[in-house]
Amino acid sequence: MTSPSLAANPDPTAWISPGPAGTIVVRSGKVELGQGVLTALAQIVADGMRVRLDRVRMAPASTDGSPDEGYTAGSLSVQHSGAALRVVAAAWYTALGDAAETAFGTGMSDVEDGTITADDGRTFSYWDLPPDVPLEIGGPAATPEMVGTSVGRLDIPGRVFGSRRYLQDVRLPGQLFGRMLRPPGRSARLVAVDDGQVRALPGVVEVVWDGDAVGVIAQREDIAVRAVDVLADGCTWKQEPSLPDQYDLANYLRSAPSDETVQAERGDPPAGPPSVEATFSRPYLAHASIGTSCAIARWDTDRLAVWTHSQGVYPLRGELARWFGIDADHITVTHVEGAGCYGHNGADDAAGDAALLAAAVPGRPVHVVWSRQDELGWAPYGPAMAVTVRVTVDDQGRPAHWTQEIWSNGHSNRPGSAGNPPLLAALRQADDPVASSDPPLARGGGSARNGVPGYPVPGLRVVSHRLRTMPLRTSAMRSLGAHLNVYAIESVIDELAETAGADPVAYRLRLLDDPRGRAVIEAAAEAAGWGTAKAGPDGGRGIGYARYKNMGAYCAVVADVEVTSRITVTRLTLAVDVGLVVNPDGVRNQMEGGAVQALSWTTMEQVRFDARDVTSRTWEDYPIARFADVPPMETVILNRPDQPSLGAGEGSLGPTAAAIGNAVRAALGVTIGDLPLTAENLMRDR
Amino acid sequence: MSDTFSLRVNGVRHDVQCAPDTPLLYVLRNDLGLTAAKFGCGLGLCGSCNVLVGGQAVHSCDTPAWSVVDQEITTLEGLGDESEPHPLQRAFIDEQALQCGYCTAGMIVTAAALLDRTPDPTEAEVRAGLADNLCRCGVHNRIVRAVRRSVAR
Repeated sequence: MTSPSLAANPDPTAWISPGPAGTIVVRSGKVELGQGVLTALAQIVADGMRVRLDRVRMAPASTDGSPDEGYTAGSLSVQHSGAALRVVAAAWYTALGDAAETAFGTGMSDVEDGTITADDGRTFSYWDLPPDVPLEIGGPAATPEMVGTSVGRLDIPGRVFGSRRYLQDVRLPGQLFGRMLRPPGRSARLVAVDDGQVRALPGVVEVVWDGDAVGVIAQREDIAVRAVDVLADGCTWKQEPSLPDQYDLANYLRSAPSDETVQAERGDPPAGPPSVEATFSRPYLAHASIGTSCAIARWDTDRLAVWTHSQGVYPLRGELARWFGIDADHITVTHVEGAGCYGHNGADDAAGDAALLAAAVPGRPVHVVWSRQDELGWAPYGPAMAVTVRVTVDDQGRPAHWTQEIWSNGHSNRPGSAGNPPLLAALRQADDPVASSDPPLARGGGSARNGVPGYPVPGLRVVSHRLRTMPLRTSAMRSLGAHLNVYAIESVIDELAETAGADPVAYRLRLLDDPRGRAVIEAAAEAAGWGTAKAGPDGGRGIGYARYKNMGAYCAVVADVEVTSRITVTRLTLAVDVGLVVNPDGVRNQMEGGAVQALSWTTMEQVRFDARDVTSRTWEDYPIARFADVPPMETVILNRPDQPSLGAGEGSLGPTAAAIGNAVRAALGVTIGDLPLTAENLMRDR
Repeated sequence: MSDTFSLRVNGVRHDVQCAPDTPLLYVLRNDLGLTAAKFGCGLGLCGSCNVLVGGQAVHSCDTPAWSVVDQEITTLEGLGDESEPHPLQRAFIDEQALQCGYCTAGMIVTAAALLDRTPDPTEAEVRAGLADNLCRCGVHNRIVRAVRRSVAR
């Protein structure tokens, strides 16, 4: 298994080195987002070097010495960083064996907790190796003992006792507290600032105004929170309505100026009308983490230090260097854990806020925490999307030609992505904002992620339309386009099964030749008791399946629902194949957590806005799934020790959405194409 | 506008100086260094800032400091620690009942208040008791199992 991360950072000692007091220091460029990845990576190292897990110290990712692995995104951490660490651990293991053999000749133990013992009792350990010991990549690895077991996450006790510090909790010497005032609308330009009143508040240190960005710095956090309200009263803005009609969003997406890309094409287009044509849409979705975005920055003359919960410390450093016009090597960006991260949220923007504010108070760290209203109102959104599917079937009722047409803003507006989109504080919304881009399909795609059906289809045409304007800022959110694409494909598959007079599970198995895909469908159906249980008068059962990005984790989900005046999901059954399982409980936690998030998106979530601005700014206006909404869940994990590990973070979202949609379809007899599956959309579509 | 208040937190008396209407959350986190309770929404709608005041779970983000003078305030740190964990803390570790852990302090504190009223809650009672606490990582069922496990010991 090769790792692009190791190819980009080939020095083994940059990844792993023996540390003080019998520790093994591991530097991964991947960061903890709440997904438990640091424990999975520590397991790989502990196994590969034959040391106890509690010796492994996962150093925080920092531009000061960590390997540059770009972003922690796309469910690639175990694939990329894990693969790199596995071969580097093997190199250390081999080097220790070689060194011990030189010292002892023959007659010695294997490595036991980092130490080799000679028959005469002498010992040689990783900590005895000279710092310049040659490390050769490609040596044999120790037989894994821990990979595949559910070791407890290393970080969980500290979180349960309240002792592990989140970035929100960090207090540096001399630290001040900053808050930005966000504009009152998407096109608003700052015309004038009267800061007399806010400066008169005791504890206010500074007011910063730069372009359309304006904010305060205070001695106390609670004073900063009050001061920003006072500042708002002193600001004059100019704005025009700029947003499309929320209630006609799908038509807006289909008609706005866009760039067309043929993502996949084979076979001749069919003559005559399609056998099935169906349309789908989803609204903008918010990351809606329970914690808000946060950062700390400090300027020391021309050097900038930033602490962030960004997914990519190196790309953020690059963007800060571009914005402030200084060398990247004058900036240090260090990762500190924040609240749960499900994609490109406000973390990078908060870092920009802190850096901008801190410039006004050299030598003093400025800590920025966003309000809930700013978090739901100004962080990038998962793009609204529209999809049209047209299928022509053969005489066996199988799809002969499949067209999937997708309209969406791009799914990446990350620092360093196409066009170098600015951070929020540097954004002049009324100028021409850099519309989000889509990664190519070979790297998983954005709008078109999972837009190619996973079933063999002789004729295919997948086209994406990436909007050239961006009324609301969009970027990467968990599973990107796979949420709606899988929902659409699997809805149509159910429709084709019905037309063919076939059971949905049997129909999928008839189409699918990938044995691993078939296995998860069979396992989910069996665990759910497919075909045995009777749905009640309001009940329905549905299945959804996909292989994430068509090259990642396999997942099938069976959903049971009750449809009354609203939709209640009563049970979810998952079957997953992520190749070699590193930590089974970690996989279960990620897959089930993803299923709950997909349930929430699919049944209740939508960003609401009027002509000027987003209006869903609190948990009352942007409800997410609560305890009462989360059904019993069961997950079957099909371990494939002979297959490379695949990421678990995003594989369940599309299939869960699709399973719920198909269960609703089974209950109502019609496909509901417009998400979320609220009573409002149910009435409109049926 | 700044006053001195005497607050009793986790069994210890502290004098703090702040405006009387400063939310308890900021006093705990910034003046007393007790950072387990988290800012989530500032409106009492998510439960991540929950602490116990006189045994009741309250939103510390919209509880002014003046209103809790002379009351017994307990934060997650006061429930237990690594050497002497609260049964709920042990159960949350055993069930690995979190992902990012940002909502965890509020969940445990709210569950502690629930167990005080209802020592052996049914699953439905746990879900109802935590109805106003939000989790975005989707570990709800693990949390329910952990709360039930904590009393099954």
